[in-house]
Amino acid sequence: MALYILQRLMLLPLLMLVYSFVIFVIIQAPPGDFLTAYVATLASSGSSMSAEQVEALRQQYGLDQPMIVQYWLWLKHLFKGDFGLSLEYQRPNADLIGEQLGLTLALALFSFVLTWALAIPAGIYSATHPRSLIDHALTVINYIGVATPNFMLALILMWGAFAYFDISVTGLFSPEYADAPWSVARVLDLLAHIWLPALVLGIAGTARLSRIMRANLLDELNKPYVVTARAKGMKEWRLVLRYPVRLAFNPLISTIGWYLPALFSGSLIVATVMNLPNIGPLLLRALVNQDMYLAGGILLIYSFLTVLGTLLSDILLALVDPRIRVES
Amino acid sequence: MADVAGVKAEDRIAVASNWRLVWWRFRRHHLAMVSAGLLIFLYLIVLAPDFFSTQDPERTDARQAFIPVQTVRLFDDGKLSPWVPAIVGKRNPVTLRMEWTVDQQRKVPVKFFASGYRYKVLGLFTSDLHLLVPADPQQRVFLLGSDRLGRDQWSRIMHGTQTSMTVGLVAVLLSVILGVLLGGISGYVGGKTDSVIQRLIELLQSVPTIPIWLALSAALPRDWTPIQVFFAITVILSLVGWTTLGREVRGRFLALREEDFVLAARLAGCSRMRIIVRHMVPTFTSHIIATSSLAIPVMIINETSLSFLGLGIRPPAISWGVLLQEAQNIQTLALAPWLLIPGLVVIVAVLAFNLVGDGLRDAADPYGH
Repeated sequence: MALYILQRLMLLPLLMLVYSFVIFVIIQAPPGDFLTAYVATLASSGSSMSAEQVEALRQQYGLDQPMIVQYWLWLKHLFKGDFGLSLEYQRPNADLIGEQLGLTLALALFSFVLTWALAIPAGIYSATHPRSLIDHALTVINYIGVATPNFMLALILMWGAFAYFDISVTGLFSPEYADAPWSVARVLDLLAHIWLPALVLGIAGTARLSRIMRANLLDELNKPYVVTARAKGMKEWRLVLRYPVRLAFNPLISTIGWYLPALFSGSLIVATVMNLPNIGPLLLRALVNQDMYLAGGILLIYSFLTVLGTLLSDILLALVDPRIRVES
Repeated sequence: MADVAGVKAEDRIAVASNWRLVWWRFRRHHLAMVSAGLLIFLYLIVLAPDFFSTQDPERTDARQAFIPVQTVRLFDDGKLSPWVPAIVGKRNPVTLRMEWTVDQQRKVPVKFFASGYRYKVLGLFTSDLHLLVPADPQQRVFLLGSDRLGRDQWSRIMHGTQTSMTVGLVAVLLSVILGVLLGGISGYVGGKTDSVIQRLIELLQSVPTIPIWLALSAALPRDWTPIQVFFAITVILSLVGWTTLGREVRGRFLALREEDFVLAARLAGCSRMRIIVRHMVPTFTSHIIATSSLAIPVMIINETSLSFLGLGIRPPAISWGVLLQEAQNIQTLALAPWLLIPGLVVIVAVLAFNLVGDGLRDAADPYGH
């Protein structure tokens, strides 16, 4: 088991290297380089930079050299924790990303927990009461949930809250806590706000997950061991929770690998629509303004989170399913 | 007599082709049948969006911004004579904003299958026939309201349907070609080729899709024509889309490679290509069709999301996502909630695709029932 985890961990830097190269090629692709855009921005805002300063920056980032050298320099800076400078915000990218990374993770993980907490009981209920009213309702919700783009749901909720209750459901904090230092009151305020975006983000996943749980559990419930346990007089709810649910659970764990990364990417859209402090909207602005090193840094973070999510699910799966351990 | 009928039905099943069997099973899903009808209708709009439009989708008029929905009434005084209620505007003296009210008393007559503005059908021939136009050509009717520039939302949705439905179809077509080709090679050749393709699939599947798509779209040159952007977006979407299908096709090939009928074909002297194309692929064509019909809605949602964020299809091209950009501002939305209608169209279309896909998947699986 330890060997398996070690193997997977060793693959991680290699994967990140491949991703970092692909990302660098993509952020390099738009015409013009970062410095020309920077000088143009300065000129439009009225200030200017001396030729020496421009030259110094050009050397620092190696912009006069071939792309592969530039990539190497970027990588070297990254290893020192230097993500470069944002031309739009005039601040180090590492600070900009760092400020919002925590809340980005909080939103995705909260959404993940909410999804599972809702989907598993719903799936169990549907499987033990097939063709009941709630089962049918969940089927309908599943179809609509999967068919509704995240941003559409966010828009409808925000519009409804604004038009009928005259409240604004954007942001993660009330105005008085937005820039306040962390305190118990601020955490409570965050919890009061975070559930709505988390729900919007997770609704399609919740619906799908509960359907998978239902299908898996229905397969298990017809097996002889369930009949045997029932014949021996075991209480129904205890029987269901103890044996078939545990078996039906296994395939779900393998879905974490794609679900967690999907949450990270999906949060980009929800955060943009609902105006949340999140690296998603930051990336969007950086891409539109050609703030390339900021965009590159955020893309790298997304890739890292994605790889980490996949790794986590592989390890979890190996933990609960001995067959995978044997194979490796 | 009942027995004879039963035997007849059994005979019919015994001699029916695989496709006929799939059709019979599919027909039993009523929801899937209704959805299939809806999709056919949507693709009719794709063929000739101008026929369904009531006016030029690009026609702007700042004085007719945010006009609410005008519903078509078919009967006037018990006679068949279609009309829509007129809209009267009054400027609010405080906010200085035009406020529109529906005046049920004043009727604007409309005509079905009459002539309006001229348009080209698929670039082949011109026509001026429209499904519905106002009887007085000077009048404008807004069946689904107008946006902030006074453009007719109904006509714009018709044109958006053309773009969005085509993006989904083309992107899935590309994915299928890539998936069957690479998945087939991977599964049939095996060995080193197989592991290289498998690693590639794993790499692509663990890419953070939305951020990478956004970065790729942002890298598209600004001076590209809408057609170029359109094809670039479909390629970007299918870059990841093919992997799922590639995996499935590979799995099927691996399983089929050892089957007796493949061995028989090989012993009979069939070439490798013939074995793949004539013997192996037909056994899972129906499965590929079902899977791809479930992939189209995913592509549509992705295109809509990218365009909504401003990094997909770009105006002046119209897609559902581009239309929804108008609905980004909550204050505007409170004033003109009909701007959310393109979103409902997306939901209905995706729902229809999913239902048809589920129906096809069940029908294509001979062991399902």
